[in-house]
Amino acid sequence: MMRKRMIHAINDALFEEMERDERVILIGEDVGASIFGDTRGLLDRFGPDRVRDTPISEAVMSGMAVGAAAAGYRVVCHLMYANFIYTAFDAIANQASRLRLMTNGQIRLPVVFMAAGGGGRSNAGQHSDYPHAPVASLGGVYVATPSCSADAKGLLKTAIRTDDPVFFLQPTSRGGEMGDIPEGDHTVPLVSAHVARQGDDVTIVAVGAMLRIAMRAADALAEEGVSVEIVDPRTSYPLDEDVILASVRKTGHLVVVDEARAAGSVANHISALVCEKAFSALRAPIIPVTTPDLAVAYSPPLEKAMIPGPEDVVAAVQRLIKETGQ
Amino acid sequence: MISNTRAAGSLDLLRMMLTIRKAEERLASDFKAGLLPGPVHLYIGQEAVATGVCAGLDDRDWITSTHRGHGHFLAKGGDPKAMFAEIYGRSTGICGGFGGSMHVADVSKGILGANGIVGGGIALATGAALATQLDGENRVGVCFFGDGAAAQGVLGEALNVASLWKLPLILVCENNGFSEFSPSNNVIAGDIYRRAEPYGVPSVRIDGNDLDAVLDASRTALDRARNGGGGTLIEALTYRIHGHVEGEQAFLKTRYREDDEIERWRGEDPIERYARRLVDQGEMASGKFAEMEEDIGRMIKDAADCVADDPYPEIGNLERHRLGAE
Repeated sequence: MMRKRMIHAINDALFEEMERDERVILIGEDVGASIFGDTRGLLDRFGPDRVRDTPISEAVMSGMAVGAAAAGYRVVCHLMYANFIYTAFDAIANQASRLRLMTNGQIRLPVVFMAAGGGGRSNAGQHSDYPHAPVASLGGVYVATPSCSADAKGLLKTAIRTDDPVFFLQPTSRGGEMGDIPEGDHTVPLVSAHVARQGDDVTIVAVGAMLRIAMRAADALAEEGVSVEIVDPRTSYPLDEDVILASVRKTGHLVVVDEARAAGSVANHISALVCEKAFSALRAPIIPVTTPDLAVAYSPPLEKAMIPGPEDVVAAVQRLIKETGQ
Repeated sequence: MISNTRAAGSLDLLRMMLTIRKAEERLASDFKAGLLPGPVHLYIGQEAVATGVCAGLDDRDWITSTHRGHGHFLAKGGDPKAMFAEIYGRSTGICGGFGGSMHVADVSKGILGANGIVGGGIALATGAALATQLDGENRVGVCFFGDGAAAQGVLGEALNVASLWKLPLILVCENNGFSEFSPSNNVIAGDIYRRAEPYGVPSVRIDGNDLDAVLDASRTALDRARNGGGGTLIEALTYRIHGHVEGEQAFLKTRYREDDEIERWRGEDPIERYARRLVDQGEMASGKFAEMEEDIGRMIKDAADCVADDPYPEIGNLERHRLGAE
């Protein structure tokens, strides 16, 4: 094991995969300067052919990633902040997600769109979204939502080796967080949820940056005698249904914690999945804990009030236990 | 430099234009007879552009095309039978019936596909041009797009990046006078070819119904691109004899063009003009054209007839294109 910040784990994944396969190229805004640090050093090591700073032109940049992938490269397209995916959305939604089907598999697209999403840094309304649900809803793009250094590295390495598009959504607020990473060629399969904490009474499914929030809530609830199991889906599309359902069948209770808004959310999708396939195991309503249906506000107290914190998760679990009548 | 494997004699070029014309006429009549499951956008009147540009391309050069893409598909070497089968929604179609008219693609011929999004192919071709540049094999990316797409912002983004990186990208604007159901004079400002000037990308406006002019302009652009000189924007003035989409009279309550305009352009028919030129200059006997027309008409009829009753795709084929299915 080694301990690294998440941003350095991502940087290692890029170095290792570009080293491993010379057809991996990286394009994006300021990938040379690297505002987050995740692409630092790559331009010096691999040169401007394989590491290209692009103009601030998301439409052409994302479409070029698709075109270059169709023409034989493995392309990593760094979109910087996840909100910028909305500007890039034609290439992702109308092209990348469906060229495989529309061409009956003649075109496969090894392309990773990576971006930093989520709040917690007073980046305000246009730099704080965690837009995994819009991409998940397309059906043809994997959505990786790493919560820690090891998964960030392992999921990104797998994403780069995958022959279909992947949206790799790193949590902005967790880039500096330290975590243990296995030595060597550490990869994580894309559809593999992880039980991050074992427990018996309540299942919390926590996406991305919400894992740490759920862990803190679980610590507080343990002091009240509530045993919490935490599932990290690791990819929010496709979901590893079996792991989520097995946990709910064991505990009979589910809270879903997602930093995205509630409307049209992955949190709702997970709830619907459990209602459909494990309804008889449920002993109380499912409670989603999400950001309200508003753009993320700037001022620190406003932002803090919007994004789920440990106290919101604790309150949800307490409400759920009360409704069960335990 | 790559030899132009399809670089053909003048009679071959005339045959190609006639092949496209006869195929489109067959589709017009099939649509009228209710034999097509979806919409078709026909290329009648514009045949010289695809034929002239593709004459200089190799299977390993990439093209992207438009919703009006049958002509590009055929001119780049796509199989008429596989195209008809695709448009009929049959399992023997070039895309197995998954794509249809707006998505005909044959990667083995360098056809990355027609595209149902206006301007959707521009960034893809730019990315394919980047891939060919990285490969270092003097191949090119060609993007066919319409005057309507000249209003999409991605054109400016692509010109910017093509200039900065000297990409082997040939942007071929087929200015057929209409942006869907609007005369382009009402919705497109300025001269389209001049959009390249501020970016320092060479550009030219040509008579797109004159095959010789198209051949000349594309030869110049290809020589430049294959020799490291970067991209070119060609604006080919032409005219869409049919509507935006077959059957539009059924849902349009008003007319957006006059019959005498259509008649005037019929007098500029690219096939008749080229045939006349060949006869006048003694390159073709005067009776040859009628004979050729009959032969090609028969070939197209046979191609369409022989796939018209092919089986529809198995429903189970849908599972092939789920993420995770290989």
